[in-house]
Amino acid sequence: MSTLVIADHNKGELAGSTLSVIAAAKAIGGDIDVLVAGKDIGAVAEQAAKADGVSKVLSADNDAYGHQLAENLSLLIAELGKNYSHVMSSAGSVGKDTMPRVAALLDVAQVSEIMSVQSEDTFQRPIYAGNAIATVQSTDSIKAITVRTTSFDPVAAEGGSASVESVDSAHDAGISEFVSEELAESDRPDLASADVVISGGRGMQSGENFKIIESVADLLGAAVGASRAAVDAGFVPNDMQVGQTGKIVAPNLYIAVGISGAIQHLAGMGDSKVIVAINKDEDAPIFQVADYGLVADLFEAVPQLEEELKKVV
Amino acid sequence: MKVLVAVKRVIDYNVKVRVKPDNTGVDLANVKMAMNPFCEIAVEEAVRLKEKGIASEIVAVTIGPKVSQEQLRTALALGADRAIQVETDDEVQSLDAAKMLKAVVDKEEPNLVIMGKQSIDTDNNQTGQMLAQLAGMPQGTFASEVEVEGEKVKVTREIDGGLLTVSLNLPAVVTTDLRLNEPRYASLPNIMKAKKKPLETVSPADLGVEAAPRLKTLKVEEPQPRQPGIKVESVEELVDKLKNEAKVI
Repeated sequence: MSTLVIADHNKGELAGSTLSVIAAAKAIGGDIDVLVAGKDIGAVAEQAAKADGVSKVLSADNDAYGHQLAENLSLLIAELGKNYSHVMSSAGSVGKDTMPRVAALLDVAQVSEIMSVQSEDTFQRPIYAGNAIATVQSTDSIKAITVRTTSFDPVAAEGGSASVESVDSAHDAGISEFVSEELAESDRPDLASADVVISGGRGMQSGENFKIIESVADLLGAAVGASRAAVDAGFVPNDMQVGQTGKIVAPNLYIAVGISGAIQHLAGMGDSKVIVAINKDEDAPIFQVADYGLVADLFEAVPQLEEELKKVV
Repeated sequence: MKVLVAVKRVIDYNVKVRVKPDNTGVDLANVKMAMNPFCEIAVEEAVRLKEKGIASEIVAVTIGPKVSQEQLRTALALGADRAIQVETDDEVQSLDAAKMLKAVVDKEEPNLVIMGKQSIDTDNNQTGQMLAQLAGMPQGTFASEVEVEGEKVKVTREIDGGLLTVSLNLPAVVTTDLRLNEPRYASLPNIMKAKKKPLETVSPADLGVEAAPRLKTLKVEEPQPRQPGIKVESVEELVDKLKNEAKVI
């Protein structure tokens, strides 16, 4: 038994999500190799080699993989993956884009967004926006899997000493090309990996009002998120959306401000360790999942929260 | 150009999901069903391409039991020209669905296939990508903008941390994300007209595909409920609890 883990990386750094995928691979057992594919990814491969539990890093440094185009990456992953019992990636945007093509190439089913490993072929995954949890068994000889990374504690980033081998095969399907990328610039931590997340909902009333949340976020070193209602209302961009159809987060502390707690939002943050809800509607469903609920007008409570936090952090 | 839109019948997104007491699945008896929301966005995008004069014909396709013709009629009422139902009562998993759609693509030869990025029942997010691979097509997944430019389509995709734009050779597969468009409602006259539009039924065997599920669902359970929390009276109390009880700040 052996697993090929597909590394996530951006701006020349190994993404933390990869360490969680390695953790999921460890739960399955067997040797773990990590594939780093991209352009100028030498440093990423070195970082992956240091991760705990990795036997070997395969480094595919080629223009064809430079923008992580699924049409090209999937050909590489399928070629290497046929020598493994498991091929795994995170359920991030690259994994979601690429892994089904890999599964189709290998003629196997894909198990999406696993949240636990029961055995080498049996996994738990959320269905119906997290309203039900399915235990599924794969009967294929190769298991193609994406991992809900918030469900697995990352392995140590340091301490390993895997070898790095370069992979020469360059697959360019020649049917798609990169045009441009527009990444949100932010000094705040990434939503998916932040220790603290503070999110605003429809109750914020406008995008301008998110400033009061941002002040609190800066005090706590938190990422700022939003409910789908706030996104649909045009207050904030979609990449801030926390929920089944947006980002899945599981920080130590999640503060929901002016969020009613629709099922689709709860599916995206329900695994947070401590949940705080501030809402003036005491019947809002968010209070059913909150560890600490405060029934209050957010426009009074949030500035007060900022003042109180200044005293203690 | 010809556009193929794949749609799926799923539980209505407003319905509260209940797990069956015997843990074999989700209770769908007497539950309101509807077109998957991401598929509605796919139909809308196709209709807009036709309104712009880019698409000349829209073919809607679904895979499922006889009743899923309701969702095809909805697609026809929204602006699709004709419909194909792959009729089966069997469980069709993503890979088999992609193989059936590939057979439909081979027959229809569309220039563009538009479908939802995922269905809100199984939440797999696989079929569009699998179809693209099987059909040898490029893909623009999680699309928030689609622009046909001659022999190519430019797709802006929602990715972690922002947006990424790709240019794809046609034919291509596009899967929709929430912000691509806001679907219209079908008007009553269009609903009436849709009843007369052509709807063809084929079987998986006609397409040369036999559904062979690779994944066995052993159990379906309710998620673990959270321990009930408390209400605090003031911001001071909240900060005190977070610092001294929960120890998260």
